[in-house]
Amino acid sequence: MIQAKDINFYYGDFQALKNISMEIAAHTVTAFIGPSGCGKSTFLRLFNRMNDLIDNVRLTGECLVEGENIYHKSVQVDELRKKVGMVFQKPNPFPKSIFENVAYGLRVNGIRDKKYIARQVEESLRAAALWDEVKDKLKKSAFELSGGQQQRLCIARALAISPSILLMDEPASALDPISTSKIEELIHSLKKDYTIVIVTHNMQQAARVSDKTGFFMLGELIEYDDTKKIFLKPEKEQTQNYITGRFG
Amino acid sequence: MTMNKKTEQKIAFALFRLLGLLVAGILFWILGFIIYNGIGVISWEFLTTAPTEGMTAGGIFPAIAGTLCLVAGSVALAFPVGVMSAVYMNEYAGNNWMVRFIRVMTNNLGSIPSIVFGLFGMTLFVNTLGFGDSILAGSCTLGLLVLPLIIRTTEEALKAIPGSFRTGSLALGASKLQTIRKVVLPMAFPNIVTGLILSVGRVSGETAPILFTVAAYFLPKLPDSLFSQVMALPYHLYVIATSGTDIEASRPIAYGTALVLIVIVLLMNLLAATLRKLK
Amino acid sequence: MKRLRLITERLAEAALALSGSVSSLAILLIIVFLFREGLGLFGSSSVEKGYALCVHSSNPVEQLTPQQVKQIFDRELTDWREAGGRQGEIVPFRFDELFSLYSEEELGEDGELLAQRLGEVIARTPDVIAFVPEEYLPRGNRAVKVLPAEKISPSAFFGGREWLPTATPAPQFGVLPLIMGTVWVSLFAILIALPLGLGVAIYMSELAGARIRKLLKPTIELLAGIPSVVYGFFGLAVLAPLIRETLHLPVGETAFAGSLILAIMALPTIITIAEDAMRRTPLAMREASLALGATPWQTIYRVVVPCASSGIMAAVVLGTGRAVGETMAVLMVTGNAAVMPHSLFQPVRAIPATIAAELGEAPAGGAHYQSLFLLGCILFAITMLISVSAEYISGKNSGKEI
Repeated sequence: MIQAKDINFYYGDFQALKNISMEIAAHTVTAFIGPSGCGKSTFLRLFNRMNDLIDNVRLTGECLVEGENIYHKSVQVDELRKKVGMVFQKPNPFPKSIFENVAYGLRVNGIRDKKYIARQVEESLRAAALWDEVKDKLKKSAFELSGGQQQRLCIARALAISPSILLMDEPASALDPISTSKIEELIHSLKKDYTIVIVTHNMQQAARVSDKTGFFMLGELIEYDDTKKIFLKPEKEQTQNYITGRFG
Repeated sequence: MTMNKKTEQKIAFALFRLLGLLVAGILFWILGFIIYNGIGVISWEFLTTAPTEGMTAGGIFPAIAGTLCLVAGSVALAFPVGVMSAVYMNEYAGNNWMVRFIRVMTNNLGSIPSIVFGLFGMTLFVNTLGFGDSILAGSCTLGLLVLPLIIRTTEEALKAIPGSFRTGSLALGASKLQTIRKVVLPMAFPNIVTGLILSVGRVSGETAPILFTVAAYFLPKLPDSLFSQVMALPYHLYVIATSGTDIEASRPIAYGTALVLIVIVLLMNLLAATLRKLK
Repeated sequence: MKRLRLITERLAEAALALSGSVSSLAILLIIVFLFREGLGLFGSSSVEKGYALCVHSSNPVEQLTPQQVKQIFDRELTDWREAGGRQGEIVPFRFDELFSLYSEEELGEDGELLAQRLGEVIARTPDVIAFVPEEYLPRGNRAVKVLPAEKISPSAFFGGREWLPTATPAPQFGVLPLIMGTVWVSLFAILIALPLGLGVAIYMSELAGARIRKLLKPTIELLAGIPSVVYGFFGLAVLAPLIRETLHLPVGETAFAGSLILAIMALPTIITIAEDAMRRTPLAMREASLALGATPWQTIYRVVVPCASSGIMAAVVLGTGRAVGETMAVLMVTGNAAVMPHSLFQPVRAIPATIAAELGEAPAGGAHYQSLFLLGCILFAITMLISVSAEYISGKNSGKEI
């Protein structure tokens, strides 16, 4: 589904990613862990070219999504981002109604069919396990929701344009434990339809939700394997140290 | 649909670039027009002699001198008051209703049209206080006009000083007043001066407030006291552009006067920008 | 020593607090002085000071409105029936006409017979209306009836459609044409400046690179710093002739010229505030929109602009404030005809320009003088309203529904 080959990435003179290669299979949950500043978020943001927004960056290597090099000149970024949805660290709903938040992605992609939009909004909200809580107040501002609800709304918003891949950049770090567990359940149930890549600094979370885990440090991918193996029998000493230092 | 989205963006962005260019173009059109027509008029003689022959010839020295007097007078009045006012709001009064009230009032004062200042200056300073049409009345009026600008810039300058410097000084046993005098004000000084310079630019260009408080149509001699009337550059430009004895003949003088005014403003802006960069 | 220090501290604080109150005090004084002079207008007589109107005592008309008086002397109202009297052609009579009717001897050497002669004229002309100085009123003459002078009313001031402050015998203080002039010029200025300013603000906050921004920002500051009289001069010397020639108008000094100049002058205000507001739109909002496949342009108009809407509103309001209060530039380019505007391409006269143009000629304390102060009060009230609403708008956070 996603293939990264020999990725090097620079912010100006600073090399943020060093020679990373990785393959991510469809319908799996992959977690990236590592100390802050290790490059895991930067790596995640390569997959929907969110790093394009930053000035003065440079990339070498190849990044393929569904077999297509997404950094090729012919690729349209907005089309790519329709395919690769993203959920951010802090819930970032637009200052619009709940309905309009979810419908946003459809509208900007030129869909005007009202029935289709309404159906898609409902389905997405159901998929994000939010429908029952908001079905009576779709016209209310998204800011009236709690933090956890807002984040699920953002997930619903990302789902509405039917992506095949969902990138999550520490989606629960700004939430309370109850909201966090709801998000984790949701990730679990979304796995059957989507390929999910999640960045987290919470190792328990990675252990709970992911099939595969990649451990990053100082811009390098130290180890990438089945989650069970990473947490129970890591091959590299650095991984071992990081996990035992912080885990349990 | 995708094609549409892209084309739409291209058109919109091209339009915005064009607008940016247009606004820059407008400025250069105005500046260019006045510089092009005015540069030939400017000479040492133009700057240092009085108008002659019904203001169709000669120089603009009395107007320059008058504007200098008004700038000096109004800034001398407004600067201390403005700085002290800002110090009070930022250093003494907490964020209570008083400060909020003063701030709202200051903003309101800043939004009053300059002609209203003119009316007010005429009733209070010229008539009620009996200053007559004079530098004093004009300076008071202009001083009130720039007061909000000075307060605002000083307040911003004070806010930019981190609180740690204040606590540091207070911890050494300095009193509040000493802290303000020895630590806060010196640190904020460059920014405060920037505000001062901007108000000089503002005062030198204002016409409406001086129409009825000080400005003289034609007065070839220099002022000898605070109670003299004076000519002023902006009023002079207004007069020779609209109601001089011979509008056509005095056009070159008008260009020259406009150029002098613009040069003052340009200089002040440049000075303020340099100061901002220095610190 | 210590006590001295304490006293200095206290004194300094008191001085600072005093300075802090200056701006509030100034506003208070402005209100007091402006309204004191301005509201005096409603107490003053609608007929020129020191003069009176009289008719024949058989005339049933007891009172005339200032507008009727003006129409009578302009020969627009010619029959007493139209003024509520009996049929008969109105004969307006001005005091100086006496000197052509009578010889110097008949009027007396020192004018001591003026009043008597005037009485004779009125007595033999039943349909006369005479406008005379109070001191020469033929008091005691049974044939003469003095019409009571009506006071200028707020409704005549705010609802009047004629601004003729120096007309005799009845000056007209109808402020509508001036208000409409101000509204037209400012409204069209904002209509021009808003799209332009918003476009430039979008360009500066979203598109322009750091280098272009660094060039454009001081350019706009400079545009804000140019004195209004220079704008006026530019409008007079360049824009007005240009408009006259390209649009084949009799004069170029029109509402349109004023709007153009005001638009240029309001641009810096609108651009600066709108740009600030747009820059404050959180990066998270932009990222969320882009991540959903929106183009940068869609992100701008669907997310950035709505998020900045309160700031943009404040920009428009403050820009309007600048346009409404602007004096010199408008005075110099709008042609200053105090008539109800019905086209953009005719001269109009705005409130500030009226004050600037007429105050110098209005005798202090007279009705004309007071009416100009009342105009100042109107202007003051409008700008206060604008300033307060701008504060209210920008005080509300963007955390609201669009």
